[in-house]
Amino acid sequence: MINGTFFGFTPILASTSSLVSLNWIDSVIIAIYFIFVLGIGYYLLKYTKTGDDFFLAGRKMTAWIAGLSFIAANLGSLELMGWAASAYQYGILATHWYWIGAIPAMLFLAIIMMPFYYISKTHSVPGYLKLRFGESSSMLSAVTFGFMTVLMSGINMYAMALVMKVVLGWDINFSIWVSSITVMVYVVLGGLLSAIFNEVLQFVLIWLGALLVPILGLIEVGGWGGLIARIHQNFPHGDYIHLWSTLGSFKDNPMGINWIGIVFGLGAIISFGYWTTDFLVVQRLLAAKDLRSAKMAPIIGAGFKMFVPIIVILPGLLGLAVLPHLVSQQEAVATGAQSYNEVLPLMLARYLSPGLLGLGITALIAGFMSGMAGNVSAFATVWTYDIYKPIHLKLKGTEREDAYYVKMGRWTTFLGVIVSIGTAYLVQDFASIMDYVQALFSFFIAPLFGTVVLGMLWKRATAAGGFWGLLSGIVSSVGMYLAVKFDPAMLKVFALSADAKTMAADMYRALWSWLICVGVTVIVSYLTKPKAEAELNGLVRSCTVLPSEGDLPLTKRPIFWAGVVLVVFIILNIIFW
Amino acid sequence: MSEVGRISIWFFIGLILLIYGIIVFGAGIYGLFNPSFGADVVLHQLHSDIWWGALLVILGLVYIFKFKPGKG
Repeated sequence: MINGTFFGFTPILASTSSLVSLNWIDSVIIAIYFIFVLGIGYYLLKYTKTGDDFFLAGRKMTAWIAGLSFIAANLGSLELMGWAASAYQYGILATHWYWIGAIPAMLFLAIIMMPFYYISKTHSVPGYLKLRFGESSSMLSAVTFGFMTVLMSGINMYAMALVMKVVLGWDINFSIWVSSITVMVYVVLGGLLSAIFNEVLQFVLIWLGALLVPILGLIEVGGWGGLIARIHQNFPHGDYIHLWSTLGSFKDNPMGINWIGIVFGLGAIISFGYWTTDFLVVQRLLAAKDLRSAKMAPIIGAGFKMFVPIIVILPGLLGLAVLPHLVSQQEAVATGAQSYNEVLPLMLARYLSPGLLGLGITALIAGFMSGMAGNVSAFATVWTYDIYKPIHLKLKGTEREDAYYVKMGRWTTFLGVIVSIGTAYLVQDFASIMDYVQALFSFFIAPLFGTVVLGMLWKRATAAGGFWGLLSGIVSSVGMYLAVKFDPAMLKVFALSADAKTMAADMYRALWSWLICVGVTVIVSYLTKPKAEAELNGLVRSCTVLPSEGDLPLTKRPIFWAGVVLVVFIILNIIFW
Repeated sequence: MSEVGRISIWFFIGLILLIYGIIVFGAGIYGLFNPSFGADVVLHQLHSDIWWGALLVILGLVYIFKFKPGKG
């Protein structure tokens, strides 16, 4: 899924033997990785003294570092495996989650929203809401984000441990404790600075560990033309290679979705909600050294995001060509056959010899750890600054010194990881929790985008409008989810078709909840008194004079590079239409 | 800036790529003289570990040289 976890993706435990067996060389490569990330955390300890250092990496990151970290925090290993599996199941349609489901939103964030996040000097998304709409909206957003982030971290941790058990035969407890304690140590030591440094390292390792699979796969099948021919030969009745031409109706594609759901649900709401307001990713941009870097970072991220399908979607498509007998999870459990949920590790094992395989498995582990570090560092910031600090101020009437908040951030990181581990074990006993929590997380994304974007672009939006709009959007999203849960026939009402499947339901629920949030915000705002324009300087577009970039050469301007990325994005969609 | 204190993240990346490159390249050379080593993978005859390992070594050296501590 767009938040780093693919909905419904779980590996199976159909057999006790592992898919892949590692040579000692592979184990050495994995061990070196762990030593390195811990070493970086230890090295950065001496550079993490103040709150700005710990929570915002000192605001010294270049556009490249912030941009790669921004992408890496999203590039979890379950995302890699989940979307490779999805590509096997749905074909190239899965690419929508990387292109229309990401690129326009990232560019919008860079050009339209980033100036306000950055100029307002906020440390978080709830922090921006506090400045724009007041304490109520900020607290609602902070509590829901903090709670869900730490739970999601635990769920990802359990799912990753399960993957390691299936793929490598590793004990679940070993995977959970070793990986989470490693992340905890390096984030506690170096805070966001350490998380960002390791994310950049992880990003490089993910690419270099996984890139050989599509290269060798394409050599085996005889290039792109050979790949298409093999897929047609293996699956003559399905269309796995067109992005848009099968989206005319719900029935024409295996995803059970139409273009309206993809364009407006995924492309316009879910994607914008995630990429522009999920603090997990936005936090990386707030660490940029200046406004131009903060704007360039998501553009650089978008440039790389466009090509992530090479290491995620392409292996899934190659699986259709060279491993045509993979089956669904249910069928695999019933028959003992291999599931397409494991297509990525199967492809790693197919092409990578000892040493290279260790690199590929390190890529999966790195993906998991970058996602988890993102979760815990964002949680520590939101808890410390947006939940603890205002409550303490209200109760005691004074603020504590900076060093106290750094200590609080370190303890929160520690406790966040412990709660995540607890959640992982809870999920192990009650697997259905996984579905509910992932759904819960999705409830907040779309309405939050409505609230933030109105706050930035519409000066008439009031504090009451912001709060009630956000709350009504969340409540309506939960209501629609429960209505469909208890009466599946309601899907026809919300998703506009009885043929709609789960993905379509998610898209449409996001769309409606966003519209409700915006509608309520507008109505309540017109009924309440707005802030004076002077108070909105640095927070709202029409009340802020943004720094001019007119003196910069064209190739240094973010808008130029955003245009370049947009053109490439359009060309790619046309090529694979 | 990309550097915090004295050592750049790109230097660390160069270092780990160099180490990984040497290991993967070494494994590839070992496989060259021991045909059964890694023979069960598809396209084994291409010896992808040798050229991928070499690529990692080159990338690692470039980053180490360009971002070595104290430079710039």
